Amino acid sequence: MIAIADYGVGNLFSLKSSFAAIGHSVAVTSDADTIRSADRIILPGVGAFRDAARKLEESGLGQVIKEEAASGKPLLGICLGMQLLFDKSYEYGEYKGLGIIPGEIIPIAGVTPEDLKIPHIGWNSLDLKRESPLFVNIKNGDHVYFVHSYYACTSERYVLATAEYGADLTAVVALDNVYGCQFHPEKSGKTGLSILKAFCEET
Amino acid sequence: MITKRIIPCLDVKNGRVVKGINFHGLNDVASPVELAKYYSSCGADELVFYDITASAEGRKLFTDILRETAANVFIPLTVGGGINTVDDFDRVLKCGADKVSVNSGAIRDPGLIEKAANIYGDQCVVLSVDVKRIDGVFRVFAKGGRENTGMEAVSWIRSCVDSGAGEIVVNSIDTDGVKEGFDLELLAAVCENVSVPVIASGGAGKTEDFIKLFKSLPGVDAGLAASVFHFGEIRIEDLKKEMALNGIPVRI
Repeated sequence: MIAIADYGVGNLFSLKSSFAAIGHSVAVTSDADTIRSADRIILPGVGAFRDAARKLEESGLGQVIKEEAASGKPLLGICLGMQLLFDKSYEYGEYKGLGIIPGEIIPIAGVTPEDLKIPHIGWNSLDLKRESPLFVNIKNGDHVYFVHSYYACTSERYVLATAEYGADLTAVVALDNVYGCQFHPEKSGKTGLSILKAFCEET
Repeated sequence: MITKRIIPCLDVKNGRVVKGINFHGLNDVASPVELAKYYSSCGADELVFYDITASAEGRKLFTDILRETAANVFIPLTVGGGINTVDDFDRVLKCGADKVSVNSGAIRDPGLIEKAANIYGDQCVVLSVDVKRIDGVFRVFAKGGRENTGMEAVSWIRSCVDSGAGEIVVNSIDTDGVKEGFDLELLAAVCENVSVPVIASGGAGKTEDFIKLFKSLPGVDAGLAASVFHFGEIRIEDLKKEMALNGIPVRI
């Protein structure tokens, strides 16, 4: 069973439906024991980093997720959920993340030319940088759907794929059993579903 | 590279797609769910569902359909029509909408965009605006294009972006239904004045209209249309192939 951590940020209907579409049962849950007993964990998230980080901490789920990730359980952070895997974010201040993957969340506006629109919204192509079990069913250049104004600045060694938007923005990251997608796989058509399926079956 | 988006718009009344349509391989041509699946499989980058229902029963049907669509179609879904309060945002977002489009609701309550953006984020709030030239000035029309608000369009759009609108659908009443191309003059004026994504609507009649739109106005991010897709006058697969041949970045 796959647990989608529900810590009160955003709507999880589409995400839940996307797993049903690829034939995997999920539990949308805020219960620590359910998350501990799951085979895999999804950390979703939309909105502001500060609010999400606070809710993760207050609910105690942040600590549970860190422990489960440390035990080797596959974990996938999506969009803001991916950003929360890192040390800290500079969105509207400076806020601590879960610190599972070394790196910081910084504004896209600082690295892309001024004439590019922020947020980075729409379908962009993935430049695959490394082999990964997540990519077994997709190919270099496949498109996925992004909506974000901040991105993960991290060591190249953790970056599995980037998307070009005036600069190479971090799109997929991994450190051992912990994965993250900046885009929304549940809104990225076949490519997105293939990535979710690979997470369920190949990690 | 970021791609230009092609967005079919479905008008839904009492749970059915309003405009008559005829596709091969579709059993129920007026089913929003079936049509959404079909467009998604053809390469539509996003879908807009526009609720033109007046009754409460119709509203309930609409949200049921929305939920079923979101459970089956995995591309972004924008919902508009009858969005007047933050509760309306909540109602459709819970059913799987990703973005919510406001039009007359934002005119009636100028605080609506800011309230919604604060709760759901700018990326969730789409301003849809109906524009018509009156004595050479772009004016904002309300109530489905029937009522001249007297507001100048570009300044209205700018103020909505300042309040938190994350995308703008610019619908030209002057070119809508004429099928001779998008309103490039209006769109250029909007693109020059806002830094959020601009979606062009109204006037598409043939593939070349989309090519001309994206070639002449690099600031336009997406093209939206309804009947030319519903009637099969433009097939989305063919349109996107033609865009690619013309050097326009597109998802195929």
